[in-house]
Amino acid sequence: MITGKDVDHISWLASIKVVEEEKECFVASFNSVLDYFHQLDELDTEDVEPTYRVVDLTNVFREDEVSESLSQEESLRNASRTEKGYFKSPRIV
Amino acid sequence: MAEKDVIIGLEVHVQLNKLNSKLFCGCSTDYHDSPPNTHTCPVCLGLPGTLPVVNKRAVEYAIRVALALNCDIQGETLFYRKNYYYPDLPKAFQITQYDFPLGLGGHILIKGEDGEEKTIRITRVHMEEDPGRLVHAGTIDRAKYSMVDYNRCGMPLLEVVTEPDLRSPKEARSFLDKLRNILEYLDVFDGNLEGAMRIDSNISLVGGERAEVKNISSHKGVEKALAYEITRQRSARRRGVAQVQETRHYDELRSITVSIRTKEEAHDYRYFPEPDLVPMRIADWVPRVEAELPELPDAKRERFVAEYGIADDHAKSLTSEIRVANFYEDVAKRAPPRLAAVWIADVLKGELNYRDVTIDKFSPDHMVEILGMLEKRTITEKGAVEVIRIILDTGGDPSEVVEAGGLAKAEDDAVKEAVFAAVAECSQAVADYRSGNEKAINFIVGMVMKKTRGRADPGEANRLVKEALEEI
Amino acid sequence: MLRELKGDLAAGASAEERVASLFEKIKKSKLNAYNILSEDSALKRAREFDKAPWGGLMAGVPIAIKSSISTRGIETNCSSRILSGYVPPYDAHVIDQLKEEGAIIIGKTNMDEFAMGTSTETSYFGPTRNPWDTDRVPGGSSGGSAAAVAAGEAPCALGSDTGGSIRCPASFCGIVGLKPTYGLVSRYGLVSYANSLEQIGPLTANVEDAALVMEVIAGHDPQDSTSVNSDGGYISGLGDGVEGLVCGVPKEYFGEGVDPLVEKAVWDAISKLVELGASWKEVSLPHTKYALAAYYIIAMSEASSNLARFDGLRYGLRLGTDQDWHTTFSEIRAAGFGSEVKRRILLGTYALSAGYYGRYYLKALKVRTLIKQDFERVLAAGGADILVTPTMPFPAFKIGERIEDPLSLYMADVFTVPINLAGVPAISVPCGFAGGLPIGLQIIGRHFDEIGVLRTAKAYEDATPYHEAVPKEVV
Ligand SMILES: [Mg+2]
Ligand SMILES: [Zn+2]
Repeated sequence: MITGKDVDHISWLASIKVVEEEKECFVASFNSVLDYFHQLDELDTEDVEPTYRVVDLTNVFREDEVSESLSQEESLRNASRTEKGYFKSPRIV
Repeated sequence: MAEKDVIIGLEVHVQLNKLNSKLFCGCSTDYHDSPPNTHTCPVCLGLPGTLPVVNKRAVEYAIRVALALNCDIQGETLFYRKNYYYPDLPKAFQITQYDFPLGLGGHILIKGEDGEEKTIRITRVHMEEDPGRLVHAGTIDRAKYSMVDYNRCGMPLLEVVTEPDLRSPKEARSFLDKLRNILEYLDVFDGNLEGAMRIDSNISLVGGERAEVKNISSHKGVEKALAYEITRQRSARRRGVAQVQETRHYDELRSITVSIRTKEEAHDYRYFPEPDLVPMRIADWVPRVEAELPELPDAKRERFVAEYGIADDHAKSLTSEIRVANFYEDVAKRAPPRLAAVWIADVLKGELNYRDVTIDKFSPDHMVEILGMLEKRTITEKGAVEVIRIILDTGGDPSEVVEAGGLAKAEDDAVKEAVFAAVAECSQAVADYRSGNEKAINFIVGMVMKKTRGRADPGEANRLVKEALEEI
Repeated sequence: MLRELKGDLAAGASAEERVASLFEKIKKSKLNAYNILSEDSALKRAREFDKAPWGGLMAGVPIAIKSSISTRGIETNCSSRILSGYVPPYDAHVIDQLKEEGAIIIGKTNMDEFAMGTSTETSYFGPTRNPWDTDRVPGGSSGGSAAAVAAGEAPCALGSDTGGSIRCPASFCGIVGLKPTYGLVSRYGLVSYANSLEQIGPLTANVEDAALVMEVIAGHDPQDSTSVNSDGGYISGLGDGVEGLVCGVPKEYFGEGVDPLVEKAVWDAISKLVELGASWKEVSLPHTKYALAAYYIIAMSEASSNLARFDGLRYGLRLGTDQDWHTTFSEIRAAGFGSEVKRRILLGTYALSAGYYGRYYLKALKVRTLIKQDFERVLAAGGADILVTPTMPFPAFKIGERIEDPLSLYMADVFTVPINLAGVPAISVPCGFAGGLPIGLQIIGRHFDEIGVLRTAKAYEDATPYHEAVPKEVV
């Protein structure tokens, strides 16, 4: 069972603020979805290999060649806040 | 001093900065002198929809390093996502290796505290991408905002993790010097570029919890940072304060470590295999990369001793940097190897260190020429040192410098003249010598050297002064 | 349809006129199929075409693009507030290919926010309406693309399919939608929802058009490490018919929960295929009932990581005043994502978090293996050549009917998600109507057997009238 405390923890990890009013609703829907997920517990998968990807590819590489970068202007164009060619970030401490 | 109660392990981040392009995109690695956010593209900016593609040579370089560090190369290796938020990480995850790192279980030899060779075990070597760089107006704790430059973002990094085998800050430094040495031998790394090597360290006193000291920004800063941290932990222990497991940030400006309070949750990285990349089966590459490995420092040092008949100390000094070793071999082929070893290891390296410049600043041809002059005795040792200094400070080639500075060894007549003048002037010393004080001759020889401005050979001057004193 | 259009253009019809009339229609429409129109650039390109027509498989052909596919210079917002205003500085690989073959991009279509939905109701820009009944959903998440094609607001469109997002709206809107084999079409430029599941594919008025678009977009792209080569041949293989073809009918795709009219339409379709020379046999995909749970765990987990980058720093929504970075990012993400997206990110975060990885993510990947093996077994040599199922268990539902209950919405994907888990190709083609609402037939093939899937669909389409039906124009 997921609790409000779990939601706080996940919300911190996911960096999504969850306000009190939403929390109860999330708790309820998370529990019903997770409950549904738990039907997988019926299956014995002890000796089953996981499938991470369905294409059986290995060793896909690019050569160590330089290609053109974006200009500074293009790099910054979609950012709301910039300064002197930098992205302007909220303070980190 | 060996500190028996100190336990240090290192996590070293090394930029494979000799590659042309970044780890997952084609942006150039040559960003060091560029304006911010000019070596960036949709991939390394993490724009929605972009996908990484692995730089093949980065993997080859990583195998090279792992082999040189005596690791087992994993036949199949894989990238994972390490999920966490920070403004320097544009995708909010770092593509790195987790299970199945490229190299496991290596070791290298360093000179331990007691002067003996010591084995430092290497836990793992793995590949990952560098985050961007945060810049602050003023200090980090006072700045109202951060500025982010993603030029560095996506630079190919190797993380080298040691076992806790180091016992002092000096050993840690010695390990890093050796690691840097090996990396430069492998031609995958230029340690002179800013940010090329960055170190996190785990440090504890026996019986105490460990602190993780982050943000040591060069192999040179490590001794100071660790020494501070040891002192801090010791004094805390004396005061009865138990060390708790914590992360500390090394503040280079103040040379102290400060605790950074992080929520415990911050360490849940939710690793999972990067779905946009496929596994790398590299077992087949290993024999070829191994065959192409260059001679490494320890092997070269042994060979120098055997091949050139030089002292082990000199061999060690000459091989501690690939450029110096190459310089020496170049010179030793054209000049007496032992003389070359002495002059390069003892004299030239000292002058370079003093000026904080690399050996590229000095031409091997000039060294050969200077050694030739010494051999033919057309300059004195003191004169040779002077020539080296002048070339380093103002340039020129040896013959010009010798001529311009009047550094050629003085002609016999001139020396004789100086000897007579000195004997005549130093009557007290002459008297002392005659009354049995043999050391008094040194004063007179010194005067000869002074009069010839160092151009006389000191041995020759000594002989001539003795002759003159006998004659009188 | 595209063949006629290309023929008209080649015979001198004006591309500009065709494009202009599309925009006229779109602007009058109440469907809300588009959230961005690239009218100026499309008209300009059409005029250029008229002046000096170029060649190419899609020469002069207008196309609508799902809002999750990056287009240089055209806003690509995934129908999310957090990406509103974001204009990519690069083109997705499929866009490169389309441009190279002469297509004209007319706009970006509405979708469930970040492709998370089955109804196009979770769009920040409001729901798209089903052209057959405007009170109903068009399906999702590529609902805008499907509605646009069905209503004649675009001759063809691209969508993306993570768990049914092309086939579901194709089915609900009565058109053709193909989800290619994983790896056949480059994902470079597709804003990731669940990387290991999704593919870009065509939404078209008929099977031949889907084959044509595949001809353009399929194939290896060095920018996508999971992409593979295509030998093409999608169009040339269309006429080969179904003589001797063995159709597998998985018993788990019928029965409880499936609308009887849908069942009937699919059985009629099977009879039609038999009439055309195919045979059918019942097969079993025993792990089908576990597919939804496995799918949602994998999709949410990958999504939680993929959508972590939306923090407002480099692009997208930024709120009033910055505080410390964590608070700032958390508030931007809280305001920028809709509640279904938040639900999936949070659940995915939980599923990957310390102590739960094995129980959820790893477990789901193991179940995925079982599901993939189900398909490999029934589609092995000597077994079925293709599988035939309903695309959706029911026709389009009413707007608002399921949105409040996430689980009931997730259940709608029961027949589409197993295909993504297995990575095989599948097409949805119209196979009838229930109460005036289109029904979709799903044809599933072996890995990289797009040709087999397309030619079966084509044979069926040629023998039935359903693809010709068009909804009344709604203005
Ligand atoms: Mg690391
Ligand atoms: Zn880049």
